[in-house]
Amino acid sequence: MAPIDRQQRRASLLRRAWRGIQIPLLAIIISLIIAAIAIIVTADSVPVGLQKVGRGYWGILDGAILRSSGRINTLVAMTPLILTGLAVAIPFRAGLFNIGAEGQFVMGALVGTVVAIYVPLPPVIHALVVLLFGFIGGGLWGFIPGFLRARLGSHEVINTIMLNFVAIFFVNFMVRRPIKDPNPSTVQTLPILDTAELPRLFGTRLHVGFFIAILLAFAAWYFLFKTTWGFSLRTTGLNPNAAEYAGISSKRQYVISMVLAGGLAGVAGIIEVQGLTRVLTEGFAAGYGFDAIAVSLLAVNNPIGIIPAALIFGVLRIGGDFLQIRAGLSIHIVSIFNALILLFVAAPAIIRSVFRVKVETVREDQASLSSGWGG
Amino acid sequence: MTQTPVLEARGLTKQFPGVLANDAVDLTLYQGEVLALLGENGAGKTTLMNMLYGLYQPTEGEIWVKGEHVVMTSPNDAIQHGIGMVHQHFMLIPVMTVAENIMLGVEETRGPLSAVPKLGRLNRREVAERVRELSGQYNLAINPTDFVKDLPVGIQQRVEIIKALYRRADILILDEPTAVLTPQEVRELFVIMRQLTSQSVSIIFITHKLKEVLEIADRIAVMRQGRMAGIARPAEATQASLAEMMVGRNVILQVEKSAAHPQEVVLQVRDLRVNDDRHQPAVRDVSLEVRAGEILGVAGVQGNGQRELVEALTGLRSVAAGHVEIAGADATHLRPRAITEMEVSHIPEDREKHGLVKGYSVADNLVLNRYYREPYCRGPVLDEERIARDAQMLVERFDVRTPGIETLAGNLSGGNKQKVIVAREFSHPVKLLIANQPTRGIDVGSIEFIHQQIIDQRDAGSAVLLVSAELDEILSLADRVAVMFEGRIVKTLPIAEATRERLGLLMAGSEDAG
Repeated sequence: MAPIDRQQRRASLLRRAWRGIQIPLLAIIISLIIAAIAIIVTADSVPVGLQKVGRGYWGILDGAILRSSGRINTLVAMTPLILTGLAVAIPFRAGLFNIGAEGQFVMGALVGTVVAIYVPLPPVIHALVVLLFGFIGGGLWGFIPGFLRARLGSHEVINTIMLNFVAIFFVNFMVRRPIKDPNPSTVQTLPILDTAELPRLFGTRLHVGFFIAILLAFAAWYFLFKTTWGFSLRTTGLNPNAAEYAGISSKRQYVISMVLAGGLAGVAGIIEVQGLTRVLTEGFAAGYGFDAIAVSLLAVNNPIGIIPAALIFGVLRIGGDFLQIRAGLSIHIVSIFNALILLFVAAPAIIRSVFRVKVETVREDQASLSSGWGG
Repeated sequence: MTQTPVLEARGLTKQFPGVLANDAVDLTLYQGEVLALLGENGAGKTTLMNMLYGLYQPTEGEIWVKGEHVVMTSPNDAIQHGIGMVHQHFMLIPVMTVAENIMLGVEETRGPLSAVPKLGRLNRREVAERVRELSGQYNLAINPTDFVKDLPVGIQQRVEIIKALYRRADILILDEPTAVLTPQEVRELFVIMRQLTSQSVSIIFITHKLKEVLEIADRIAVMRQGRMAGIARPAEATQASLAEMMVGRNVILQVEKSAAHPQEVVLQVRDLRVNDDRHQPAVRDVSLEVRAGEILGVAGVQGNGQRELVEALTGLRSVAAGHVEIAGADATHLRPRAITEMEVSHIPEDREKHGLVKGYSVADNLVLNRYYREPYCRGPVLDEERIARDAQMLVERFDVRTPGIETLAGNLSGGNKQKVIVAREFSHPVKLLIANQPTRGIDVGSIEFIHQQIIDQRDAGSAVLLVSAELDEILSLADRVAVMFEGRIVKTLPIAEATRERLGLLMAGSEDAG
């Protein structure tokens, strides 16, 4: 009896996994087709357009995956996308929409960088302490909208968007004045101490941060689906009233999820400094916090799914340059492509009707965001 | 009564993916009759009506209206053919007047721009005039300039009826119209229905209340599992025979129940005051006690403070004043979890809102308020094996009809959803059971089962507070009855003294003659 049960369970898990990925997969395919049409339409003639599509798409594949330097760059670009993707997915599971990963990313980088430059500590310990402060910096920036939502009911979407600007300009100010490298020719901080750096691997740009990100994705999955904490959080997201009935404080879940989210985005920020840039500059964030929304949606807010979703957006980020070089296409084609994926993932009804995918009546990954919008 | 068919369904079949909702259903409505459509939830009544109202297209079969074969693709088509529907949940806009609600969608305009569709000034006066006319014609007593939000539920229902009549409907479909009414309002509705049929309006009356059917219907159509189970005439039918047609087997309508043996006081409420969502007093100085081994029924029309009372007792709503004691310990200002920990089980009024997480599996719902403690977790880690094992056991013991414990709760039928809640709340020791509308909107079979479970809990020594708007439920389960009206308990009676008429009067706020 028991083994049969387990077999059935595994079969149903597989079926559910397939149901989970079919929409994102089809969304990517249809986006590729529509972007190709856009390229052909804007080309001088159809044959030229087709050629550009072929060269461009091949360029993405070649530049981001086939050549080894491209592969490394893709993995490096994935790292912040995984972590900021988690920063969107976790609050989503609690019924909140975190648009503030960008701000949390730079605040984590700022706080972590200060510790990395001005607080000398022994090797390894220093790097870990800096990571922790990256988490704290981002976590505090996530705490603010989480607390405001729990306490005053003010909407997290508005607050996180506004806090992005505050954070970005605050970091710009810090980099220009208080913690600027005294060398007057650059607008950036001093480089972080060697002890705070994350080691690079195989003599490439790939750094340990990538594996930290993968590890944290699995940890987030375990947290959400295997622990009582995750149960409380998901219950709040799926039905806040039933959560109250079950003795779960929705308000506490709002705060917890936003602190975790901000922390993870902050870790993403500080990892970029520790593993890659070594300095904090103006305009540091580069949109990772916004791409994160697309990553999380493509992954239907599943932490494990975020890894392949981040891979796709990493490929696009790196391969986008080759699109330009190989096919003479504008880099904005990548933006069109990103937008299409987002559109189709966010509006699965379109994909369902195109490919005649059957709807399941209730889906677990659909947190009740609608109630959130009502405030 | 003339025998002219005004509406005919011929072999209507509706196939949904995986479900045959209607299977070759025939139905004939004659002019000027009240045809009751009886059936359990999920029997296919709603599907059938939605086809007759143009919301669904039949997979097979034909609809004939007044001798003419029609194809309806929207409710607008149905209106064109004189078919009007009064939904269970009213489709009215509270901040508008009666006349405005009635003209909504069929606005009449005047002034120079009125030749252009959607322009011109609204002709409120003429609409009000016609509403008055209709109201007089059918004795509906409606004032077109009243705001809907100020009207009692019974009157709002009449506004819905006028809305249909205004659109020149002569076939009315009333979907569970009595669910929200007091016994007195039901009486008034029946008078109106007779007025309507006497002026050759034909009515389909959907319900699952057997008593009402026998009282008002000219003929009774019974549906079961998507098929027409048969047509009965009230003169020849009894409640038992109808129930059997609905369920397909013998049903015990009256639960077997021995006399109560009340023990010590478990729930003691003194001078409780609770406010509603708009911070208005909803529960006013309520005092009551429930003893172990007895069922105290709280009767009353919905919206007289029962919800706020239950929410305050279970920690979901804050108490404005007064005291609550459970098993001798103060429980006035505790959070829901602390109250659950006192071995209090709560079957909430709204199973979709509070009782279940539709996106969770049956198994997860069965531990919804216990997941955080032994034996369902070790430290912070959920014990999935244990959760699954207990879920399997509970599903069998409480006869939850589900493909498996991993099925999402949202995909179960109403009765089975309710059984999941009952199974969860009865799966551990119960000192006090607070059940609010435990059988609302579920099938007869499940009602029977849940009633038996509640009696069993009582006999096992639980104190039970049963809140219900269904008098039959109160009368068949309670040992004592408290009647709530406008936030107060106006009277508490032993069950032997509680007659339907007396409770009905008390529920409507009348002075008690007894």
